[in-house]
Parts: sequence; C-alpha cells; structure tokens
Amino acid sequence: MKVRQTFLCLFVLLAAGCSEDEDDALKEKKPTPVVLDIPANFPEPVYDLSANPLTEEGIALGKMLFYDAALSRDNTISCGFCHQQPTAFTHHGHDVSHGIGDQLGRRNSLPVQNLLWFKNFFWDGGVHSLDLVPLNAISNPLEMDEETPNILRKLEGQQKYKDQFKAAFGSEEINSTRFLQSLSQFMATMVSANSRYDKYVRDEGVQLTENELQGELLFRQHCASCHSTDLFTDQSFRNNGFSTAAEVTKDPGREEITLNPEDRGKFKVPSLRNVEYSAPYMHNGKLNSLREVLDFYSSGVQISSTLDPLLMQNAQPGIGLTADEKIKIIDFLKTLTDEQFLSDRRFSEY
Amino acid sequence: MVGCDDEDPLPEETGQLTIEFDNRVGEENLELSKDYVNAGGETFQIAKLNYYISNIVLKTNDGKEFVVPQDSSYFLIMEEQEDSQEVHLKNVPSGNYNQISFTIGVDSLRSTMDVSKRPGVLDPAQGHDGMYWTWNSGYIFFKMEGTSPAAPLEQDNKFYYHIGGYGGYEVPGINNIREKTVDMGSAVAQVRSEKNPQVHLHVDVLEFFSNPTNISIADHSLVMFSDYSTTVSANYVNMFKYHHVHN
Repeated sequence: MKVRQTFLCLFVLLAAGCSEDEDDALKEKKPTPVVLDIPANFPEPVYDLSANPLTEEGIALGKMLFYDAALSRDNTISCGFCHQQPTAFTHHGHDVSHGIGDQLGRRNSLPVQNLLWFKNFFWDGGVHSLDLVPLNAISNPLEMDEETPNILRKLEGQQKYKDQFKAAFGSEEINSTRFLQSLSQFMATMVSANSRYDKYVRDEGVQLTENELQGELLFRQHCASCHSTDLFTDQSFRNNGFSTAAEVTKDPGREEITLNPEDRGKFKVPSLRNVEYSAPYMHNGKLNSLREVLDFYSSGVQISSTLDPLLMQNAQPGIGLTADEKIKIIDFLKTLTDEQFLSDRRFSEY
Repeated sequence: MVGCDDEDPLPEETGQLTIEFDNRVGEENLELSKDYVNAGGETFQIAKLNYYISNIVLKTNDGKEFVVPQDSSYFLIMEEQEDSQEVHLKNVPSGNYNQISFTIGVDSLRSTMDVSKRPGVLDPAQGHDGMYWTWNSGYIFFKMEGTSPAAPLEQDNKFYYHIGGYGGYEVPGINNIREKTVDMGSAVAQVRSEKNPQVHLHVDVLEFFSNPTNISIADHSLVMFSDYSTTVSANYVNMFKYHHVHN
C-alpha cells in the first residue's frame, strides 16, 4: 500500500514538472503529498485516496474547517463541538447529539476515527461516502442547520481560507468539492491503531496482563462475532435488544434507510476502539459505563422479532457472563485505548 | 490527441435542439398559488415543482440515435426558475428527430459517483432547493409541494411529495428511476447547423394525481422515502407529453 502510494505521488510530481514552466513551478509551491501508514493489522481501506490524494495543505485545511463554527447556521457549533478528541471524538456527557439552539437529536455522536475503513456512516448507514458525511450534520436542523453554499460564502470572506484553499488546491477558488475533500483528508488521517492491544498483536514489545489475556479470550468467544477484525466491528446492522418496542417506534434505525421491516431496530455495530473514553454507550447513549453495557448484554436483552440470532442462544436472550468475566472483558476493552491518538497534536483543536 | 489524426472523417454537421418543459394543469399553464381541482375533486395549490431530467437520447425518424454525452445530460427543472425549464442540447447531429427519451431522476451510477464527478445541478453540497437527502445519500428526483384543504390541519394543510431512491447502495432499496419516451408522431424537430428547433413538452399536474392511480391528497399528503413513493413515480412519469415543435 505504502509503496504504491509513494509511486503515485512521484508520478504526479514528475507529470506536473513536465507541463509547467520551471520558474513558475518554483514560485508556486505545490501541495506536499502525504503518505498514510496503513496499520499492518488493519484490512485494506475502503475510501479511494487516489480520487482525493492527501497533502499536508489539504489536511491542514480540513482541520481548520473541522474546528470552525462557521459550519453551523449561527456560527456556534463546529464539528469538533460534538466530536471531542479526549473522548475519541465523541460528545462527552451527551446521550444524544446536541445541536444549535440547545436542540437534541435522536442518537449518540459516533467517534471520528478510522473512517477510511468504513463502508457507510452513522448509526443507520444512510451515508455511503466519507465525502458526504459532513453534509448530514451540516443540514440536520437539530445539529448545524446550515446550507453549504452559505458556509462557502462565509469562507470566501476570509483571507486565511483563500490562502489555504490555494495552498491545498492551487487556486483561491472555494467550492464544495474542495470543501468536502479537505474535510475527508483530515478525517482520513485520524487513524487510531497504537493502543496497547495493537502493539501486542503487532509484536511491538507489549505484553498484556493475565486478566487482559483472559478478557481477550472471553471477548473472542462472546463479542467478536459482531465486533470483528481489528476495527472491532463487522460493520453490519443488528438489533441488540436494547430498545423497547416504544423506542423502536420512535427510532427504527436501519429500517429508515432500507424500508425493510426486517431491519427494524437495527443499528450499526460500533467499533470498540477507545471505548474506555467514548461513553455514553449505545445508539441512544443511555448507558454510562462499560459495566452497564455488559450487565445489559448479560441480563437486559429484550426479545423482539428482529433480535439478532447471536443474542438468542439456547432459547435465552443475551450473553451469560459472570461478574468475573465482565471484569476481564472490560480489562481487555481498555487495552484498545490509544493514548497517542487521544492526545495527538495533529488532530487537536489548539 | 484524437484531433491530430489526419485520418479522421470530416466532422458531421451538427446543430442545437431545445426541449421546453412546460408545467401545466390540464389545459391551463401552471401558476403557483392558484386553485385547481384534481380528479378526486380535491382543491389544491402548487407551491413548488422541481424534477431532475437526465440521460437524454434523441431518435430520428429513420432510426438513428443520438445519446447526449453523459457528463452534460443532467438538468434540474424548477417551476420557480424559468430559465431552468428550457434544456439546450448542443452538438446534435443534423437529422429529423421525432422521439425523445430521458430519465426522470438521476441514474444509480451517477448517484454514487465521487463528489468531484457531480458538479452543477448534481452537487450534493449545493442543495439545489433541497433536492438531496443528506441523511440517506441520494437525490430527490421529483419534488412537488403545495396546499389543499384535503391535507391535514396539523400539517398546515400542506402536502409534500419528495420522491427519490435509486435502488439502494449495498442492499436493494426502492427504485424510483423512471424512463420516459416521448413520441412526436409524424412531427419532426429538424436539427441543422443553422437551425435550433424547440420541442415543447407538457408536464401535466392532473396526471400526477390520476394516471394510472388516483392519488388522494387526503390519504397521501406526505410521501417521501416510503413504499408508496413508487406509486407516485409510476404516475408522474405520465405527466410528460409531447405538445408541439417549432422548427
């Protein structure tokens, strides 16, 4: 992967060199290509970086936009408002999304991490390209309630943006494709793959404790059918029996996208990376601790016609776990915490 | 590069062709905020009527087809914007055209292309009068809104038809992509280098409410991303009719 991308960048540079006057090429600084390291324990990315090659300047522009409240109608809320770094880019302390004018949405804000590997986005998977992700939050009247053409007008009035668009894309033109692609570039770099678990599986000199190792075994046995691969999600949609019938009526989840009654009450299996810090949990943010989550899976799963079959073993709903097993699984889940990612200055607002 | 090749045949004579989409209510020109009555006897006013027309193919009376190049074959017709109602096709080979085919909506391929391949009326970020669902990535192909005493009071007597759905991305979903072929009968649009014929289509709102299914505003005042939307699109495809041509 790395070799191929480096080659591509080299080719682009050479091609540009042939067609441009050399003096101009010296005067006009070209964007600096960035090669993303793909973690050895990750699958191939889904997002096509060749359609939106990463550059230092494009990533920097994306970061400016990510933290700019001009993306909301009344200039109060940025992407970073609901996606805060110390809590794995989720909204700490908020069960459901908190938008402009103190309005509340229906669902818990998801972490912004490893999005390069996702086939679709949000709890219901309604958005199928990383480039289109920001539009959902921007246009949602309960979140940013803004129209992208207005945002672009706000940006056009600022010299710093004219300069940064030029640095990233070669001219001062501010258009929606550049706007979305630069946000994607920044989000593409937000890779969390340096937890203790990662260093352990990649044989980088980290050993897990006995409890953590036992937790891993229990996790593989009870949780990894859904939270699979080193992304810790199979990206499927499942009904985990968390919502009551009344709650499902209010928020049927995936069914809103497919209109298939078999998808009623199904939500995306979330990644468990940095789960130690991404509370509250579940699509509606109703659980506040990992202990509560495991207690729910152990004894709170509600039966319904679309309940996931994996949560209905031997005619009993849920996953039978002892108190000791829960503790060990939580110990293991904490090895997925990536302190480097949670404090990496490249992603920080200030 | 192709242009440098000496063996290219002489360029074919081309001209232009204009298609006008004239929104109507039966025999009358559609006027916004004016009272009309549908087949079910419901009084209604139209406040908004927008739809995408794409993938236009022209056919001559001797069977030759001209496929408008895909990149320049997407149009958004808006009742509130007069200049949007004329679709100007350039570089059309000379010929006598008597058939026009098009998609009402946006094909699934383009609906899922990289954003950089979707400029102009297709730009999902531009919104275009709300013709894109950001929560369920996809274009709204056809949007008609208005008021009627038949629509529920709690909706302020408003009705909303927002119809989209290109068949689903990873799993099959509703598909409201509708193809329409408009036949001009014995009439022809004579495309020549010096001529720009105008084909005038009528787009009749009364057909929306009645052909072939009677759509009652009282029963269906809000149709968006739902199964009933396919009934609506099966009707609106019949709104489009040939009326006359100026050569």
